[in-house]
Amino acid sequence: MSDWPLLTIVTFLPLVGVLFILLVRGDDEVALTNIRRVSMITTVFTFLVSLLIIVQFDPSDPGFQLVEHYEWIGGPFTYHVGIDGISILFVLLTTLLMPFCILASWDAIQWRVKEYMIAFLVLETLMIGVFTALDIVVFYVFFEGGLIPMFLIIGIWGHDRRVYATFKFFLYTLLGSLFMLLSIMAVYWEAGTTSVPELLQHDFPTHMEYWLFLGFFASFAVKMPMWPVHTWLPDAHVEAPTAASGVLAGVLLKMGGFGVLRYSLPMFPVAAEFYAPFIFGLSVIAIIYASLVALMQEDMKKLIAYSSVAHMGFVTMGMFTATTQGIQGAIFLMLSHGIVSAALFLCVGVVYDRTHTRAISAYGGLAKQMPWYAMAFMVFTMANVGLPGTSGFVGEFLTMVGAFQVSTLTAFLAATGIILSAAYALWLYRRVAFGPLEKESLKALPDLNLREKFVLVPLVVLTILFGVWPNPVLDMTAASVDNLLQHYHAALEVAGQTAQVSH
Amino acid sequence: MYAAIVFLPLIGFLVAGIFGRLIGARASEIVTTSLLFVSAILSWVAFIHVGFSDVEPIKVPLMPWITSGALEIDWSLRVDTLTVVMLIVVTSVSSLVHLYSIGYMSHDPDRPRFFAYLSLFTFAMLMLVTADNLVQMFFGWEGVGLASYLLIGFWYTRPSAVAASIKAFVVNRVGDFGFMLGIFALFMLVGSVDLDTIFGHGEELSTTTFSFLGYQVNAVETICFLLFIGAMGKSAQLGLHTWLPDAMEGPTPVSALIHAATMVTAGVFMVARMSPLFEYAPAALTFVTFIGATTAFFAATIGCTQNDIKRVIAYSTCSQLGYMFAALGVGAYSAGIFHLMTHGFFKALLFLCAGSVIHAMHDEQDMRKMGGLVKKIPLTYAGMVIGTLAITGFPYTSGYFSKDAIIEATFAAHNPFSAYAFWLTTLAALLTAFYSWRLIFMTFHGKTRASADVFKHAHESPPVMLIPLAVLSCGALFAGFILHGYFIGHEYEHFWRGSLYLGAENHILHDMHHLPAWVPLAPTVMMITGVAWAYWWYMLSPKTPAAVAREHPALYQFLLNKWYFDELYDFLFVRPTKRIGHFLWKKGDGWLIDGFGPDGVSHRVLDVTQRVVRLQTGYIYHYAFAMLIGVAALVTWAMMTGVGAP
Repeated sequence: MSDWPLLTIVTFLPLVGVLFILLVRGDDEVALTNIRRVSMITTVFTFLVSLLIIVQFDPSDPGFQLVEHYEWIGGPFTYHVGIDGISILFVLLTTLLMPFCILASWDAIQWRVKEYMIAFLVLETLMIGVFTALDIVVFYVFFEGGLIPMFLIIGIWGHDRRVYATFKFFLYTLLGSLFMLLSIMAVYWEAGTTSVPELLQHDFPTHMEYWLFLGFFASFAVKMPMWPVHTWLPDAHVEAPTAASGVLAGVLLKMGGFGVLRYSLPMFPVAAEFYAPFIFGLSVIAIIYASLVALMQEDMKKLIAYSSVAHMGFVTMGMFTATTQGIQGAIFLMLSHGIVSAALFLCVGVVYDRTHTRAISAYGGLAKQMPWYAMAFMVFTMANVGLPGTSGFVGEFLTMVGAFQVSTLTAFLAATGIILSAAYALWLYRRVAFGPLEKESLKALPDLNLREKFVLVPLVVLTILFGVWPNPVLDMTAASVDNLLQHYHAALEVAGQTAQVSH
Repeated sequence: MYAAIVFLPLIGFLVAGIFGRLIGARASEIVTTSLLFVSAILSWVAFIHVGFSDVEPIKVPLMPWITSGALEIDWSLRVDTLTVVMLIVVTSVSSLVHLYSIGYMSHDPDRPRFFAYLSLFTFAMLMLVTADNLVQMFFGWEGVGLASYLLIGFWYTRPSAVAASIKAFVVNRVGDFGFMLGIFALFMLVGSVDLDTIFGHGEELSTTTFSFLGYQVNAVETICFLLFIGAMGKSAQLGLHTWLPDAMEGPTPVSALIHAATMVTAGVFMVARMSPLFEYAPAALTFVTFIGATTAFFAATIGCTQNDIKRVIAYSTCSQLGYMFAALGVGAYSAGIFHLMTHGFFKALLFLCAGSVIHAMHDEQDMRKMGGLVKKIPLTYAGMVIGTLAITGFPYTSGYFSKDAIIEATFAAHNPFSAYAFWLTTLAALLTAFYSWRLIFMTFHGKTRASADVFKHAHESPPVMLIPLAVLSCGALFAGFILHGYFIGHEYEHFWRGSLYLGAENHILHDMHHLPAWVPLAPTVMMITGVAWAYWWYMLSPKTPAAVAREHPALYQFLLNKWYFDELYDFLFVRPTKRIGHFLWKKGDGWLIDGFGPDGVSHRVLDVTQRVVRLQTGYIYHYAFAMLIGVAALVTWAMMTGVGAP
């Protein structure tokens, strides 16, 4: 079994599901149910197969594992995939979230179900590919390819202002991508290879590093998203259907952070060190600015979107501290945020399906009518606030521990985020779940049905489990992060010596 | 056994929280309450075992929590004398409050949820006091914050309750902000968050400096200062106290358990626990003294004017916490913890009695609508008097030993604010006696001001509520007499055995027993004066208070409105934050970033296309000409760059 091309199987399994869906004829209820079932089975099966990756993964090995290498379109470009301690978690996060997203779309999508499910499955393949790619061109193809299904999902199944949102989304990401494409070309001309393991060993000339770093970073920063290129996110979230919001927050945002860890830090250590204070600045602005803006939102999804921006501020801050705690914390926070923010969007979806409004003012007193819902929503709210014992705490805490060692001011300002996050999250909860149940439209809402419980309960369990027992995750990343940091600091030392010699 | 003490309440929480609706309210009550009683009995066993024998501090490792590089955090329990003292306070009061709540909440449909929250709180509090490292302590710290948030907002259909719960959580977070930074700094300088490792570095840290926010600062002073900010939030000290009075929106048993006896003392516990660091931080200790003494006085002045029975007791709590911090600040840690314990008993008693009054009066809390209740609810009255005697320091009640010890310690101490602390705490003793007896006189004596109907139906509470009152009364009367020898007297060394650390220069516990004769008498004299004052104003001549208030309207309004802290904070923080948030959203995101970013670009694109549209003239030769130019440009470009060349 160990010589199966496991990663390729996991990556392309969803496409097999697409084939089956294409075979379904007709568009009556039976056909639609079949389509939904096929998608569900595909994603669950993909998740189960992806669990085999953990079985075969050796956490003590810092290098790439399960590597597959084939000829592709000729020339230096090859199909080259593999995982290490940094990427394995993102692959699992993706395969884990997809079944929940399919379940969440079960009743919400009634129109063009076939196309919708196909888009989702294609999206899954592309997202997994981003995390497993070990050839920078393969990476680019997956990274940009993921835009298209998402673009379609928002543009076709989105809400009223979907066209505006999709164009904004597209404009931002396209701009970032162009810079990254140029940088990738430059990297290829300089290093003569597109293989990631080789590139990681390559020593780029210092003056080039600064430009290449910026090129890559433009794209990653948009994806994260970092302040001030974040404004596409609230619009995209608001207009996207529930499940797409979940995937967007849960996985797509993580591509930026993953990119920084895979490419920016190890390939351009000198530049990363040079720009770190600047990025700390942006991160801290993101944390405070986005939290303040979140406080004043009137739309539930927008509020959660801004809180995502704030959390991603912690992630960027943690990564650029170049400390073990900072980077492990950033990875953990991305994973945790992937679960928690996706769950929060799914929570919004639950009430949206019932009332068809996202306006916070349209709710109030739901705790009375929907106690189970209120309980799940409370757990995710607290995880979003970073309460110890939920997964949200571990990541935030570690990133701030890392930041404090590098810059006390950064940690100090970032820590104000914990006050603000409590304010906006609890205020949201208050306006939705607490207060008297006065609005006529809410008085007859049913509590979570079985399908919704299947969506939310596992996420609640994971949120708390990772909060009290995060070590399985941290252990998995430890060796690769150590390896990354050793390279990083060694490269800086070399650069420091060269600089001294030249003076 | 130690793990059982901590985790039995968690089991109770899970059972009542998840299956509460299934098994019904009565079963939830029985499960949570009996588990807590087991936990309480085990705590007393632990107290006797650890406090009165020579065992080493016990550690119970549970499992690793967070491991990242050099940062290793484990779930593990640490049991020493300080811990067992807290254990008995927490579990005893909590089990009694559980029992009491069975009666008090008997008409509430959400009882399973209520008991689940109470047990969750107890679990978190026990995690806090048994923590072996700072991050686990922070877990308990935030956990009790969560439980307090949930319980204050228990009646979530009341907007005021929900607002109070958010306020409590957010203000506490301001404190947590300091606590977290303290933890970060300790990890950076010591490389560990383990208590023992940290304590080993106390002396070294006192000579270390590090760069904090651009300033070179003394390590131990800064860390202690940051940790104390956390303590101020949790223990409602001046500046971060505003949440505590509002927290009275929660059900009264909650006020007794969380906002009087246990959670609010977490800050006191933390400072005492960190005494091996604070002993090296004289400036931070001076600050602690200052804040503690000021709070003790400030809250007492407000307590004198409030009319809500629970709010009077809430401000009294705030004030008593100030006493504890004053004691910690002058280095008399054991006196602070002693007062924490006795206060836990008599304040819980006072609150539960207040609950019994409210229960009897059909949810009326305004003392102006009470009076004359002594004949209706004599047992509650007896409990209330015992609690009041204890809090005012009537000789040989528990407050007499602990509170007077604090006042004496401030006199004996040598830090720059100890004299300040002595005078303020002595004055506060006067005010304490005044407002406490004022409460009794207004509630139980005189002619009733309640409506005839309510007064007629006022009735004594059921036994399930009275038994806890009786038990706590015993604690309030005798705990001080029995235990003062161990806590602050001759058995001191043998009892604490290093769980509280005193520096080589710190002789306060010796000095406070050798004072001028008038000093130990001063608090008692103050107490008698306060009682007399209250008796004069509220029994002999009930018109005087209103007349005095009329003569000094400014002072009265200032006190009645709680020194205007809420209004000030609203003006300084709440409104500007909202305004800035709104500004950043509309102007920052909407106008600046979007306006010059994507929206701007798309508008320019639209402009250009419109102009292009105008170019469409409809004449074929125009198009042909444009094409020709295009082809020419393309060919030129191809020739120049060599694209397509073999």
